[in-house]
Amino acid sequence: MTIPFNNPDRPNSYIGKTVPRPNATKLVQGRGRYVDDIVLPRMLHVAFSRSPLAHAKIGTIDLDEAKAVKGVVRIFTGADLAEVCTPWVAVLAHLKGLKSPPEHPLAVDRVCWVGEPVVAVVANTRAAAEEAASLVVVDYEELPAVTDTMTALDKDTPIIHPEMGDNLAFRRLHEEGDVDAAFTTAHKVVSASFRTARHTGVTLEPRSILVDWNPAEGQMTAYHATQAPHMMQTVFAKHLDIPESRVRVICGDVGGSYGIKVHVYPDEVATAAIAKVMGRPIKFIADRLESFSTDIHARDHEIKAKIAVDADGKILAIDVDDWTGIGPYSVYPRTSAIEGNQVVNLCCGPYDFANYRAQTTVVFQNKTPTCQYRAVGHPIAVAITEGLVDMAAAAIGMDPVEIRRRNMYPDDAYPVTSPAKMMFEGLSHHASMDKLIEMMDYDALRADQAEARKQGKYRGIGIASFIELTNPSPFMYGIGGARISAQDGCTVRMDPDGSVVALSGVTEQGQGTEAMLSQVVAEGVGVLPSQVRVITGDTQVTPYGGGTWASRGAGIGGEAALQAARALRGSILEVAAAMLQADAGHLDIRDGQIVDAETGEDRMPLEELGRIVYFRGDTLPKDLPRELVQTRHFITMEYPFAFTNGVQASYLEVDTDTGVVTLLKHWCVEDCGRVINPQLVDEQIRVGIVQGLGGALYEEIHYDEDGQLLNGSMADYLVPMAAEMPDMVVGHVETPTKESELGAKGAGEAGTAGAPAAVMNAINDALRPLGAQVTEMPFTPERILRALGKLQD
Amino acid sequence: MKASAGGYARAESVGHALELLAASDGQGRVLAGGQSLIAAMNMRLSVGDLLVDISKISDLSGVAVEGETLRIGALTRHAQIGADPLVKTHAPLLTDAVAHIAHAAIRNRGTIGGALAHADPAAEFPACALALGATMHVEGPDGSRSIAAEDFFEEVFTTALNDGDILTAITVPVFEAGEVQIIEEVARRSGDYALVGLCLVKRAAGHRIALFSVGPKPLLATGAMAALDAGDLDAAVNALSAEIDPPSDTQASAAYRRHLAGVLLRRAVARLKGDVA
Amino acid sequence: MTDLFRDKVDVSMMVNGEPVEARVPAGQHMIDFLRLELGLTGAHASCEHGVCGACTIRVDGDAVRGCLMLAAQADGAEVWTVEGLTDTSAISDLQDAFVERNALQCGFCTPGMLVAAAELLSRGGVLSRAEIREHLSGNYCRCTGYEAIIDAVESVAKGRAGKGTA
Repeated sequence: MTIPFNNPDRPNSYIGKTVPRPNATKLVQGRGRYVDDIVLPRMLHVAFSRSPLAHAKIGTIDLDEAKAVKGVVRIFTGADLAEVCTPWVAVLAHLKGLKSPPEHPLAVDRVCWVGEPVVAVVANTRAAAEEAASLVVVDYEELPAVTDTMTALDKDTPIIHPEMGDNLAFRRLHEEGDVDAAFTTAHKVVSASFRTARHTGVTLEPRSILVDWNPAEGQMTAYHATQAPHMMQTVFAKHLDIPESRVRVICGDVGGSYGIKVHVYPDEVATAAIAKVMGRPIKFIADRLESFSTDIHARDHEIKAKIAVDADGKILAIDVDDWTGIGPYSVYPRTSAIEGNQVVNLCCGPYDFANYRAQTTVVFQNKTPTCQYRAVGHPIAVAITEGLVDMAAAAIGMDPVEIRRRNMYPDDAYPVTSPAKMMFEGLSHHASMDKLIEMMDYDALRADQAEARKQGKYRGIGIASFIELTNPSPFMYGIGGARISAQDGCTVRMDPDGSVVALSGVTEQGQGTEAMLSQVVAEGVGVLPSQVRVITGDTQVTPYGGGTWASRGAGIGGEAALQAARALRGSILEVAAAMLQADAGHLDIRDGQIVDAETGEDRMPLEELGRIVYFRGDTLPKDLPRELVQTRHFITMEYPFAFTNGVQASYLEVDTDTGVVTLLKHWCVEDCGRVINPQLVDEQIRVGIVQGLGGALYEEIHYDEDGQLLNGSMADYLVPMAAEMPDMVVGHVETPTKESELGAKGAGEAGTAGAPAAVMNAINDALRPLGAQVTEMPFTPERILRALGKLQD
Repeated sequence: MKASAGGYARAESVGHALELLAASDGQGRVLAGGQSLIAAMNMRLSVGDLLVDISKISDLSGVAVEGETLRIGALTRHAQIGADPLVKTHAPLLTDAVAHIAHAAIRNRGTIGGALAHADPAAEFPACALALGATMHVEGPDGSRSIAAEDFFEEVFTTALNDGDILTAITVPVFEAGEVQIIEEVARRSGDYALVGLCLVKRAAGHRIALFSVGPKPLLATGAMAALDAGDLDAAVNALSAEIDPPSDTQASAAYRRHLAGVLLRRAVARLKGDVA
Repeated sequence: MTDLFRDKVDVSMMVNGEPVEARVPAGQHMIDFLRLELGLTGAHASCEHGVCGACTIRVDGDAVRGCLMLAAQADGAEVWTVEGLTDTSAISDLQDAFVERNALQCGFCTPGMLVAAAELLSRGGVLSRAEIREHLSGNYCRCTGYEAIIDAVESVAKGRAGKGTA
């Protein structure tokens, strides 16, 4: 029986409604339970002595002064932990040629980035551990640091890992059609260089882990602020030689993640290894300063790209040459090559054209390692694409909306495979654009812009169309050999009093996973969402799943929950039919009551059924199945990804004397398939936009040529704050995926994908009359004034 | 990170505070609002300090007019300065500056004395003090003394205060008829340190222009002041450009700051004319 | 270390309406004191340099950065954290508005955001969105993008100003 989603008056209609989050109340009361809130008996704290140099050999380590600090219990070096913890190598078989050396929890022999953990100090307070860590003396022999992306492969540049042969981590060239011929014969060719800056996530709760090892039970318990508890269970089991069944990873409340907390960090693994050695709880909470240099970075790209169009504005060809500087190690297990790979996969996604060439060159650097961070690769791909399209439009005197309309895949074209070989099941670029134009009142904004120009004010409108990858199949990681789960599972059970418990392998970091699951399960079983208790983030009790990544929670986790809930409903009705001497097909469950399906008349409360099943099973027929607990798993099989689409617009004003950009307003129309909770989806879009705006205007990690991080504090790395951010209008088109009954795709990253491009195009729209253009992010006041030629050095 | 303090003592009076500082063997640090000092301690930029907490000395707080001067106690919090009617009447520059200083929670604790003694070249109050022609009142082991603002700010985070001294108050002239006080700044985000800031005070005796974030200490732009007194704005902008030696850092280059200083001067003068007209 | 300067300081204060006496390390900030000594884990330290606002608590009636105040300085002070404000229902309309509007996601910034917003609201009157954004510009949130928070605070301001009028 499929759910008639289009009928909002159907019984148990929670999917599609804004239902408050069950876990929000505890958070506004300050009763969240984050890792640092947990105190265990005999718990100790670990702090790290970290490399002050970007590249150096580790000589002697003198721990005498450190050991003398009051409160210090034990100190570990890389050699110590190498005895209990195996190193890891982050490569994927399907990223051909990707190479990376083994990485250890504490550096052995050599340090390769400023911040790399070298010595671990365990003490009874964090303060004592830090005091001692500052007294660790390491004799470093400095080595040359590689800190420039574009020269990393030059003959004269030192090779960071001589055994690797060069500084190339990964390179991939994709070609389709005849790109060179298309450029030669085109009506117009526009070239541009783009740059996106290195970012860091700045999760408000820093990375946090508390690991306990009970040697008497051979059991490891890790309280971990992670997105993927099962993955971490597998990692700890493998590298610390413990059976998976004896590793329990619990993630309770997590204070923000956005991808930062889905990776394997050496200091966190070190913490687990230390717990195993010491047999007592060890807590590590990264502080803000170490977060800047040790959380994964992302998005450090330099790109040269060009577009060829004909006289009607049809795209003939696109050529992208992308370079990205990662760290000295590919990050485990997802690898640091995926972001560049996505740029190749995703450029020009909305557009129907034939000739495409894109190459990514991923090079090692002696800087903080990089890996997946919200909207992996999308902000870069969309900025390149939408920047080129706008420039082409300007070059031929065409309106930016019009040129997009002439090139976007028609809404009835699907399924299609793009020139990048991405498969689209069903998108709505045109319907989304229609809705955007209406929402923003495009013509009125153009009039407002013209009026402002008469007063000497420079306002700009920027549009960005985009595709967004969600609901990944094993094609993303699994086929490469990574133990990253693209399937997910949910167990739904009914307790004797009729309350329902759902245990799910997807996780919550605030995006509303628990609310979404409560709605899906409520509708699937036939109870109120408030009657559903959702449990996530505990490997001991939830089915094995993948956690949160690539916007899969609703699409994959939600579908598993729906199937499990439906299965439970079926089991309940089979018992009810026996108890009521009725046909299960004539019964339904609504608001926690067994009812007559046609009339809605109450027949029996669920708690009565529960009482009989659990305590008076003697009164039921002998062979009657009575499993009031059902587990289902879901995996996508038809499409490697469920692509979504959207379009954004930015309206802003540029102060051409100071270079300051004021964001006036922002719009986004997003098609993420079935919307389960409208408020939560809209909020995901909004915050995604703000993270994108941060990248467009403010965020940039600075390194000097010696690999020293220059702006690693909250005062110097600028994240968006409330006063500079605009109100954002969000609209939707719904093109459900047919791969699941729920039809939900993901929504968490779309805002970030399109916002930087929209802002770039808006700034350039504002500055076009002055002959200035910016393509290097963030668009700081200085970069804007330089583009205007107003600064003299 | 976790602060590592050498020790803590609560001063009951200015005299007591001076004794404590004298007994601290060079390790003493005056703790008032703590918004700069504790941040530095938490970042382990300052370790082992012997903290002399003066925050409970009530004499050091408060605003009063005394004859021809407005006297502001060193422990007066930024939030109090922003709300005080006497400050608004006589030193509206300070009232306006408060709105630019960080955020409410910081302003509830930070003190004007602390800000002046800390002498961050990117902060508002030191430049305001210069523009207003303020006098700093100091108590030290050898007694009291007064230091003109022009002589107070020596280098980055360095003032004329010695280790054993305590800044007790700041005085500025009372407002004169026709006086105008203007502050202009550009910051990346609300409450951030300014990329460049400019204070302009126009009195009968002439213009006073002080800038912040343009060098190792707040700058009294005497060249620009003279040009403005002579009525030549373009010359003032050129003089300003020559007088300042702004830093380049991860936020902006010297070239940008130099350009911005000129823009702010023009905007301040435009507002001046708007006020006069 | 002399007799004049103590490395452990005796303090006596009120926290959430209850008297507290403790001996605190000289360098320990209020947030660590509240969390480690009193088990009040609602307040969070996230940057420890006063910029992010996650540590905002109420001391002697003012919103302050708990990470920039030493516990030693709180002798004689009256301290309120989100737990106490919840127990006294002092900000229940604000908390309800936050939940209804989903003005929080991960919740880590929320206790500090509530204390900051409560201070703004205590001034009374109807607030413009720009004023709300400006006042909350010292509280970093990475999860919401701020708009929902502004909506929630705006609705509470209107509610308090209207006091029951439709």
